Amino acid sequence: MSTAVLDDRPAPPDAQLLRARLRRPARVAVRILSALGVLWAAATFTFFVQSVLPGDRATLIINQDTGQTIERSAAELAPINERFGFDDSLVTQYGHYLTGLVQGDLGTSYRLKQPVTTIISEQIGPTLLLTFSALALAWIISIALTVATARRGRIASSVASGFEVVTAALPHYWLGVILLVVFAIDLQWFPVEGGTGFVGLVLPALTLAIPLAGFLGQVTREQFERTLDEPFVTSARARGMSDLGVRVKHALRHAVLPAITLSGWALGALFSGAVVVELVFARAGLGQVLVDAASARDIPLVSGVVMLVALVYVIANLIVDALYVVVDPRLGKAA
Amino acid sequence: MSTTTRRSAPVWPTEAPADLDRTLLRVEDLHVGFGDARDPTPVVKGVSFTLERGRCLAIVGESGSGKSVTARTIVGLTGGRSHVRAGRLELAGRDLRGLGDRGFRAIRGQDVGFILQDALVSLDPLRPVGREIAEALRLHGWGTRTSRHEKVVELLTQVGVPDAELVASQRPDELSGGLRQRALIASALALDPELVIADEPTTALDVTVQAQILELLEATKARGRTLILISHDLAVVSRMADDIAVMQGGEIVEQGDAREVLANPRHAYTRALLDAVPSEHSRGQRLSPGRDAAVSVIGSARAAAPDATVPVLEATDLVKRYRGPDGIERTVVDGVSFRLERGKTLGVVGESGSGKTTTARIALALTRPDGGEVLLDGEPWSGLKEKERRARRRQVSVIYQDPLSSFDPRWSVERILRDTLAPEAFADDAARGRRVGELLELVGLQDEHRHRRPLQLSGGQRQRVAIARALGPDPAVIVCDEPVSALDVSIQAQVLDLLEDLQRELGVSYLFISHDLGVIHHISDHVLVLSKGRVVEQGPADDVFRRPQEPYTQALLAAVPRLQRPGSRTAAAAD
Amino acid sequence: MSTATPTFSGGAPTPGAVASAAWSRVRTWRPGLVLAGLVLLFFVVAAAVPSLLASGSPTDIDLRGALRAPSLEHLLGTDQNGRDLYTRVVYGARESLLIGLGATALSTSIAVVLGVSAGLAGGIADAIINRFLEVLFSFPVLLLALLFVTVFGASATTQIVAVGIGTAPGYARLIRGQVIAVRDSGYVEAAGALGHSYARIVRRHVLPNAMRPLVVVVTLGVGQAIVWASGLAFLGLGVAPPSPEWGALLDAGKNYVQKAWWLEVMPGLAIVAFALSVTTLGRALQARLEGGTER
Repeated sequence: MSTAVLDDRPAPPDAQLLRARLRRPARVAVRILSALGVLWAAATFTFFVQSVLPGDRATLIINQDTGQTIERSAAELAPINERFGFDDSLVTQYGHYLTGLVQGDLGTSYRLKQPVTTIISEQIGPTLLLTFSALALAWIISIALTVATARRGRIASSVASGFEVVTAALPHYWLGVILLVVFAIDLQWFPVEGGTGFVGLVLPALTLAIPLAGFLGQVTREQFERTLDEPFVTSARARGMSDLGVRVKHALRHAVLPAITLSGWALGALFSGAVVVELVFARAGLGQVLVDAASARDIPLVSGVVMLVALVYVIANLIVDALYVVVDPRLGKAA
Repeated sequence: MSTTTRRSAPVWPTEAPADLDRTLLRVEDLHVGFGDARDPTPVVKGVSFTLERGRCLAIVGESGSGKSVTARTIVGLTGGRSHVRAGRLELAGRDLRGLGDRGFRAIRGQDVGFILQDALVSLDPLRPVGREIAEALRLHGWGTRTSRHEKVVELLTQVGVPDAELVASQRPDELSGGLRQRALIASALALDPELVIADEPTTALDVTVQAQILELLEATKARGRTLILISHDLAVVSRMADDIAVMQGGEIVEQGDAREVLANPRHAYTRALLDAVPSEHSRGQRLSPGRDAAVSVIGSARAAAPDATVPVLEATDLVKRYRGPDGIERTVVDGVSFRLERGKTLGVVGESGSGKTTTARIALALTRPDGGEVLLDGEPWSGLKEKERRARRRQVSVIYQDPLSSFDPRWSVERILRDTLAPEAFADDAARGRRVGELLELVGLQDEHRHRRPLQLSGGQRQRVAIARALGPDPAVIVCDEPVSALDVSIQAQVLDLLEDLQRELGVSYLFISHDLGVIHHISDHVLVLSKGRVVEQGPADDVFRRPQEPYTQALLAAVPRLQRPGSRTAAAAD
Repeated sequence: MSTATPTFSGGAPTPGAVASAAWSRVRTWRPGLVLAGLVLLFFVVAAAVPSLLASGSPTDIDLRGALRAPSLEHLLGTDQNGRDLYTRVVYGARESLLIGLGATALSTSIAVVLGVSAGLAGGIADAIINRFLEVLFSFPVLLLALLFVTVFGASATTQIVAVGIGTAPGYARLIRGQVIAVRDSGYVEAAGALGHSYARIVRRHVLPNAMRPLVVVVTLGVGQAIVWASGLAFLGLGVAPPSPEWGALLDAGKNYVQKAWWLEVMPGLAIVAFALSVTTLGRALQARLEGGTER
């Protein structure tokens, strides 16, 4: 968006550029601190949501264990309150929660009576594998589609755009069921219940990757086409570069920038999508544990997972930042 | 193939077969259209010219004249939706018609070097410039990785880049405009092509840098290379062109020997273009053809003029500092003082980064100075609180360089103009409607433009709307911030004429900001030369421009490309 | 505004915004627009007067006709109790649409308040709101919804609140960006130079221009909200199964995927068809709005 009034500020001379470069460690420190700030705020938010739970938590836990819904006597509640520290003041509980977090303690599951950290670490492997394969797959699909079809005739480009828009709107559960029905039940190319092997990974990973590929593809294509209109592309062509050369050597680098930015956010979205996909394909992982915990109102376990995902998001974004500067070095000094 | 060869100018020059090896480029009856294959929109219509080795051809025209498209045809870069046909299209005896992308790729860079305007966007912003230059070498299989690097450093040194090794490793955004443009030229000259095409090579550059780049192109020509120079600026072209072709609406309306075309233009459009260039010679003359004093004075709501001896705007010792993104504070405006007399024009001229725009913003009280003060009619202005100032804001108006972004995209011209009228000055809605009509008439627009949105208007019409908006509050001062910089020269001429007419009829004062010394000299009574935030020189326009005292002003003036018109009518008349 | 700043605060554009931008490049395809209009009309009628579109009752049980594949008699097949799936989808439209609309209304209200105040206030207030949005962003929509369900129990209201809060930060950022872009625009400065008051400029320029993309975003958002809410229901954490709400149909059908695929595919198709037609219309609306100012 252009502004009517020009900026008068002069370009910094070389000595100042140099000084700006020296300040990079300081900027990294600020970035990490702000990431920690986000985590702290996320923890506070999670704690706050937990503490507004309607009704008494100890009663909930006993009723959950016994399958009843009745009032409990003080004698019955006392050991539970003692064990989970519900008698302490909110501030004390908050303090315990934060110190626990710092030590990697996410509390104890109401339902399974095990440390949340243990439960998560047992189940997270397949979920992470699924998430990252889906991210990689989405990148491959969207980039291949963009390079192959963007600005290559109206038909190819419209068909690919249409594909991207439609797939981006597909819910994971629906796409998963369709892939399952077609490729596992009907054609029997893949097992219905995948297990943890590579064959079992294909359909779930595709289910997660396709909508994301549609989404990333839209962003990548837009930037790609915009870059192809830039004068420097004409410049490169005027030097004798081929169309494919321009696409791969110049345009692609610009086009992946928004996709890189989105990947941090996408990782979080994929993680929650994985929960659904794991259920559709009856796949091992955090999904089933999390859904069971939510319906059993096992707050520590659910909020533990939420905190974990917040952590993944924050780390992913730190990596995204670093990666972005590698692809677009201009920001290394401007930021 | 159409046979309608249009030749509004004498056939130029007729080639004898013996000269064949001297002719590098031969274009006959070139047509280029865009869009639908059956019914393309024509952009170039039957252009013919020939270019001999070692000469420089300038193709001059305004935006939309088809000059860039003509040049791009030679390297086959008119784009996917274009349709090219020509009677002849030969480079060094080789027929370029029907050449595929592979064939053109061999020519690009190797036989023809192409320099686009504004290196900031013509070099890949993510890559070091050295790699862009090396790319030109690599694509044509030149040398090895190490030998290419050495060649890159050599090329950069050749185009006058100091510390070429360092510059090769830097990205365009780390370089100044001049260095960037040099790097771009180096990438086009890497394989020492026979023909060099430069499309507006100096447009975005400051005048001193522009002069250096032109020297560089002249040196290329001196080495025996052939040059095609595309430009909208006759002054830039007049310095080095051997031949000139003037394009308008996709046709060459006049072509021939440069001296001849400049001295005795035959076509009316060429004459209009030459007359439209504002300069020291054009002071007090109209730049655009048409009736004099287009303004019919329409009742102004202003009260009797206040004391004429008090300057309408007076600034003393203005200082403004900005903290950059790197945390370093820079003084952008440093002790600037000026007086703007009633009904006069004060021109503020300077290169980019000179602080002229910040000065304008302080005058408009949109930016608060860190030091110094601006008085309006001898009363406090910049020192007031915004609430107190609001009532007086109507006395100072503004015209921007880019009028489009200064209009609310949802609003029609009528609504934009109504918004400027003081509610108390008009009895009813009908009176306001009449006033809008008057304003439109004042700036030479028709009543039908009332209901259009600015997006639906041409660049010149938009700037007229901007002027009408500035006149709406009936101001004493209008701050004009590069008001004609984005306009074609003929439109620029009309707008400058309009501004002068309005000043004569309404007695309004202008604080006129521009980087263009010709424009400033043409329109200003007094001139302020700014450099790095300081006033270098000031005084009556003719004194400053004809007898500059300061070395900076002298250097600036020396760098200005001047229209070289041997024995021309206008130049003789002005002195 | 820069398109891609890799800072935390400049993180992800909202899916809705990206989708609408993408649609602008798929040329407005007339038959598609008509089809989308018809689909939407169908669902609106279904929500308002379901008996117009389906003659039977969504709760009629016919155990002998259970799990029949789609046929002329049962367009979308029957479920394990022999209930006609088409009838159930039609009757489920009302609750599904209400959940989608409710969540969108909630998220846009939050977004407008946060986005406008951050954009207009600037400075510290902006920084604080921006941080807050950043924190909300670190929770994926579905996980945030899961947390809400865990704490407050599964119900339509929880679905609305969870999806509403989950999708709000994206819209809030969009609005904040718009407000800032307009606030810093040339025409706002020009209005200031004319001596107009701050309130007048905000009223006449900033709000109308900043809210313009909201119409499109809200349209797209309704489709998205229904997709999110049904995802929650699919997990068994939304409206409970006897209800014909689309998400509940998905939940009920998920145990029969191998025997009766239509129980899962058909309600999902209703959701996808709705979401796509809303996207198409939102896009057309956007083209129209922009057409009014750009050509």
